[in-house]
Amino acid sequence: MNKDQGYWKENISLIIKCLVIWFVVSYGFGIILVDSLNTIRLGGYKLGFWFSQQGSIYIFVILIFYYTFKMGEIDQKYGSNNDQDK
Amino acid sequence: MDLKTLTFLIVGATFVVYIGIAFWARARNTNEFYIAGGDIHPVANGMATAADWMSAASFISMAGLIAFFGYGGSVFLMGWTGGYVLLALLIAPYLRKHGSFTVPEFIGDRYYSKTARVVAVVCLIIASVTYVIGQMKGIGVAFSRFLEVDYDQGLTVGMAIVFIYAVMGGMKGITYTQIAQYVIMIIAYTIPAIFISFILTGNPIPQFGLGGTLEDGSYLLDKLDQIITDLGFKEYTTNSRLSLFNMFFYTLSLMIGTAGLPHVIMRFFTVPSVKAARSSAGWALVFIAILYTTAPAVAAMARLNLITTIDQPEQEQNLAYKDRPSWFRNWEKTGLLQFEDKNGDGFIQYTGTENNEMVKVDRDIMVLANPEIAGLPNWVIALVAAGGLAAALSTAAGLLLAIASSISHDLLKGVFRPKISEKQELRASRIAMAASIAVAGYFGFNPPDFAAGTVALAFGLAASSIFPALLMGIFSKTMNKEGAIAGMLAGIGVTLLYVFQHKGIMFIESTAFLGNMEPNWFLGIEPNAFGSIGAIVNFSIAYLVAKKNPQPPMEVREMIERIRLP
Repeated sequence: MNKDQGYWKENISLIIKCLVIWFVVSYGFGIILVDSLNTIRLGGYKLGFWFSQQGSIYIFVILIFYYTFKMGEIDQKYGSNNDQDK
Repeated sequence: MDLKTLTFLIVGATFVVYIGIAFWARARNTNEFYIAGGDIHPVANGMATAADWMSAASFISMAGLIAFFGYGGSVFLMGWTGGYVLLALLIAPYLRKHGSFTVPEFIGDRYYSKTARVVAVVCLIIASVTYVIGQMKGIGVAFSRFLEVDYDQGLTVGMAIVFIYAVMGGMKGITYTQIAQYVIMIIAYTIPAIFISFILTGNPIPQFGLGGTLEDGSYLLDKLDQIITDLGFKEYTTNSRLSLFNMFFYTLSLMIGTAGLPHVIMRFFTVPSVKAARSSAGWALVFIAILYTTAPAVAAMARLNLITTIDQPEQEQNLAYKDRPSWFRNWEKTGLLQFEDKNGDGFIQYTGTENNEMVKVDRDIMVLANPEIAGLPNWVIALVAAGGLAAALSTAAGLLLAIASSISHDLLKGVFRPKISEKQELRASRIAMAASIAVAGYFGFNPPDFAAGTVALAFGLAASSIFPALLMGIFSKTMNKEGAIAGMLAGIGVTLLYVFQHKGIMFIESTAFLGNMEPNWFLGIEPNAFGSIGAIVNFSIAYLVAKKNPQPPMEVREMIERIRLP
């Protein structure tokens, strides 16, 4: 396996990992499982309601920065130097 | 100073700022006109993207929708933010690497076909024009209420400002103006929210206030649930939008539509590197999330304030019509709020039953009326007007640029007249802008649905046509031009057909041959949520057609290899 394929493979597996979390917090906790999560309270919030109107959004933000950070590491590992890319 | 003068002053001052920036940063060549020279800092681009993205629908309509749908409004919150994850992981970095000026240009290169490029332009124009309609409605509403001119006149003034602004700016001017507009928008949105949250719950942070307690010690959301169910409305925190199944597909449509909307993707062409494109998407979502996590608090608190003002559950009697507050009178004048004394007792009954006497409470007024309902000072109300206009103008400018550049760069320069000079191309894009403003204006005068509804439709169209073509273009080396073209046409075709059969051809209601009724909906999915189904159709058709046709040529495979590396 050459270098470029290795880079792409690591990228794909990172994307899949992130998208699983993306799916679980929004479609999972916010929609499919909302009724059962609503039996749990988070202060004045029902938990399912919190995920659908607050929590999922916070996690989306974290996910993008996590992906950016991890991709930075992978870029370095494979020796690309994309800041010079114009 | 009275409210009207104050509003004129604040709104006028913001317009001077925008036009000033547009002059200072106007585009001198096509590179600046289309991608702002390509050296915008990722945080600055993130802020501009947030303004580009958050439209009149986000600013004016969304909290109103949530206020009335409760939990069901979550589709907008998750759908319009979750799409950025897709954008950052699947689309933006690769398109930035390719380095084109427009989205159809990428599709044309990747699918080695002028036809594919033209089909992409058509999809882009349909989606973007639909989206601009929502902005026009927002501009009309904001002008008619705050500057007390009627809707049509307000819309005309709005169109004129968008015209000056979009034609002047180009991407470079638009970028810096959008940064200013973001600042105005976010201040205008959060200040009333902080005030109201503090008044109701004692906590100035709306995100905490929403989960906090009221003066009597009960949780705000519990109290709201109890008051409105007593009045015959559905429970706020559990009222789903039609069904969870429908919500799933609605959210999915908005998310993949977000990742397929050209005016947003284009913004990532302005940053210097692939790495910057990734982090810029993160910054954009940070700036968006500030408003989007505040909106549910605004919604619930506005609903509570509205109900307690009218129904006065703590007292013996409802509000008497003759004692109605000034905001009530102001909104009655616009026709967006209507009372009909059905039982003739002079008091206002606002309930979820047939005794309801508030015959019209337009959802779009909730954010604009909120500060008045809560009794906030006049300068806050004037600021909200300026914020609403900033939201509508910034998005309109971005959309018009996407439309104009696809006509001048893709159709004219790319397909029909490859030999025109740069100067001619610039002029052509300005003419294209004027034409699209005229088309959007026509629909603004005959609005098809409330603002967020129209916008949701645009997302369905982007989701069903552009997103799948981009995704397959990056992640599949075997997808060929035949597959991509057939997929785009099938996706947008199915979505448009579904929308038109329920909402009328070109939104003219009498031509809706299946009627806008739930029993006729496929699997109970509402027309605005159908883009995700259209996307599934797109993928399937593309796959089937691609298998029967030759694979892409070698140089295209090499191009895919290239865009996959940073």
